Amino acid sequence: MDFDLSPEQQQLFDAITRWAEKDYGFETRKKIIHSESGHSDAAWHALAELGVMALPVPADYDGFDGTAIDQMVVMQALGRALVIEPVFATLLGVEFLKLATGQGELLAKVAAGEIKLACALSERQSRHELHNISLSATRQGDGWLLDGEKVNVLHAAQADYLIVSARSGAAARDTAGISLFLVPVTSAGISLHESRNNDGMRSATVQCKQVHVPAAALLGKESEGWDVLDAAADHGVSLLCSEALGVMEALQAATLEYIRTRQQFGVPIGKFQVLQHRMADMFMQLEQARSMTMLAAVKVASTDAAERRRVVSAAKARVGEAMKFVGQQAVQLHGGMGVTNEMPAAHYFKRLSAIELTLGDTDHHLARFIAQPGFASAA
Amino acid sequence: MDLNYAPDDLAFRDTIRSWIAANLPKDLQHKVLNHKRLQREDYARWHKIVYQQGWVAPAWPVEHGGTGWTKVQQHIWEEECARAGSPPILAFGVNMVGPVIIAFGNEAQKQHYLPRILACDDWWCQGYSEPGSGSDLASLKTRAENKGDHYIVNGQKTWTTLAQYADMMFCLVRTDTGVRKQEGISFLLIDMKTPGITVRPIITLDEDHEVNEVFFDNVRVPAHNLVGEENRGWTYAKYLLGHERTNIAAVGRSKRELMFIKRLATRMQKNGQPLLQDPVYAHKVAALEMDLMALEVTVLRVIYQEAKQRAPGPEASMLKIKGTEIQQRLTELMVEAAGPMSLPFDPTYLEGESDHSIAADDDAAPLLPYYFNYRKTSIYGGSNEIQRNIITQMILGL
Repeated sequence: MDFDLSPEQQQLFDAITRWAEKDYGFETRKKIIHSESGHSDAAWHALAELGVMALPVPADYDGFDGTAIDQMVVMQALGRALVIEPVFATLLGVEFLKLATGQGELLAKVAAGEIKLACALSERQSRHELHNISLSATRQGDGWLLDGEKVNVLHAAQADYLIVSARSGAAARDTAGISLFLVPVTSAGISLHESRNNDGMRSATVQCKQVHVPAAALLGKESEGWDVLDAAADHGVSLLCSEALGVMEALQAATLEYIRTRQQFGVPIGKFQVLQHRMADMFMQLEQARSMTMLAAVKVASTDAAERRRVVSAAKARVGEAMKFVGQQAVQLHGGMGVTNEMPAAHYFKRLSAIELTLGDTDHHLARFIAQPGFASAA
Repeated sequence: MDLNYAPDDLAFRDTIRSWIAANLPKDLQHKVLNHKRLQREDYARWHKIVYQQGWVAPAWPVEHGGTGWTKVQQHIWEEECARAGSPPILAFGVNMVGPVIIAFGNEAQKQHYLPRILACDDWWCQGYSEPGSGSDLASLKTRAENKGDHYIVNGQKTWTTLAQYADMMFCLVRTDTGVRKQEGISFLLIDMKTPGITVRPIITLDEDHEVNEVFFDNVRVPAHNLVGEENRGWTYAKYLLGHERTNIAAVGRSKRELMFIKRLATRMQKNGQPLLQDPVYAHKVAALEMDLMALEVTVLRVIYQEAKQRAPGPEASMLKIKGTEIQQRLTELMVEAAGPMSLPFDPTYLEGESDHSIAADDDAAPLLPYYFNYRKTSIYGGSNEIQRNIITQMILGL
């Protein structure tokens, strides 16, 4: 049993934090959000220099062979600084490529920071159900034709490649008949409609009209993509929990600072017990979320898929409860300032609210937790 | 980071698990697992079995009878006892007064009391709370006048748990009224058979006799029963409160109770199917299970920090709050699972005088009293509001 970060993990965490303090302040971030591209090349290269993109890539492809725990450390640091660069989308994409195997060359380019990935998994009707897929993949000659639409594709317009979940067989909500494809975002027939999300990150609706891809674009086995999709999404959930942990830490610290300095009735408002107890409750929510995030990072790589699902869903749901409580109460404790767009607190809150809606909300993961064999067994 | 027990610890767990399986009397286990009430002999019997094995005070220094186990091993021991459904080792002697005597008592006190605590020769109770001193414990008024070779104690204690069985009380008394309230308190060991002591039951809402009022009317206590220095009692009391607090979360017991809920909710039907398959009920159980999973890791994090000699800190307050909230929620969901079957009150069954409940269901019969009883947990040991004050001051620095 060991709850400490390794020296390397601590160094990486510190390095990202130092970079963010120096080069990714609140005003810089605001400019990036409102820029044409919605991301910063400088930030991307800085993070690549620090090894963030190489971290999850296997050593055979110029990466650092980092574990889910290593990535937890990165996402926590990025969360603290509220970094809106396409790191999460790319790390999630890397997990797909690793699980599907056979994409070493591309992984090496990711490790070098040369390309970015995005994952096109959701559709209008799918809500949080990742096997609810109607975008079709039909064989054509040696390759495939992709036809359909994906929504809320995080950082699609910033990415070089999309990982697309498609239906190549079975019925619309089956876990069978799912195939995964690696598609250059510039492929003929793909059009993007980009929007700025409420949290400042970019996402796009991706239209695929008769997109022809070669046979080599298939990730893993035809119509047997579900296990990879399910496992990669769980990895993504673990990343999001870690980011949420960092966001909540920063928000908790900002709120603490605010109630220490804000004076009313002649004293700092932090002297009032009702606010103190609210802060104590936020602290406990944060610590429980931290414990679950650690547990998820440890178990997400488990070979026991049912146990992985159970713990990851427990983490997302438990962190979801914490995000809601910490986010809402932080805004409340900031008073009127909390509802202004100029306070960092508001932006942390917005990011937490977005994480709640990404890769399954609290209710979705509660239900998924209940559906695992571990729930009903009372042994 | 590695959240798994080391191979040595897993081997230790197996040893503990099989020892408990071989030595925990089935009738005691049955009472605990079925939420029946324990009597003095029940506690004492298990205590003596564990004492014979030499494991009754794992946290004590080895020279006084401790086991030399690591913090993790101590935690495993507590977890395994809870998992199996053993009666608790009562905290008042082993976890409370024992460590204070070890840290602050004189040689004669150590020689006399410590072996008797280990062997369960003395049943201890705690004389802290008073009618006017609950959360504001330092305002206590029970007086002890120093008469040279003895003290004369006058006043009243309350909420004294299981004092009806007690041979000894460790008691906070006021020995100086002219100073700041924390500075005039002393820590006395009082023989409960001393003339002038009256124990009067307080019947709690579950109609159980668990707590008492204790009255002191010119009670003569020998001066050599003072622990440490006069007027330093508050320091010792705080030491005691900071000691051995990780098990306060009682994760092991809560895990066992969660399994009980799942069994009960599988057997109980709603709309023609097992209650546990009802989405509304299942969501409540799942949310609670997740909170418990998180708390289990949180407890291990605190133990890990303690083991690394980073001082046991105010994190114990969080464990107390979260632990008791979960315990209370478990009792709520038990009652909900049993539904109307838990309405009949059956003290004869609860006290073990009959094998089956007069109500239709043995599992359901104890649950409402259990739920009522557990409202105490967020009040005792420093109310959860006081614990929030501690978090605020000690951790958040407000």
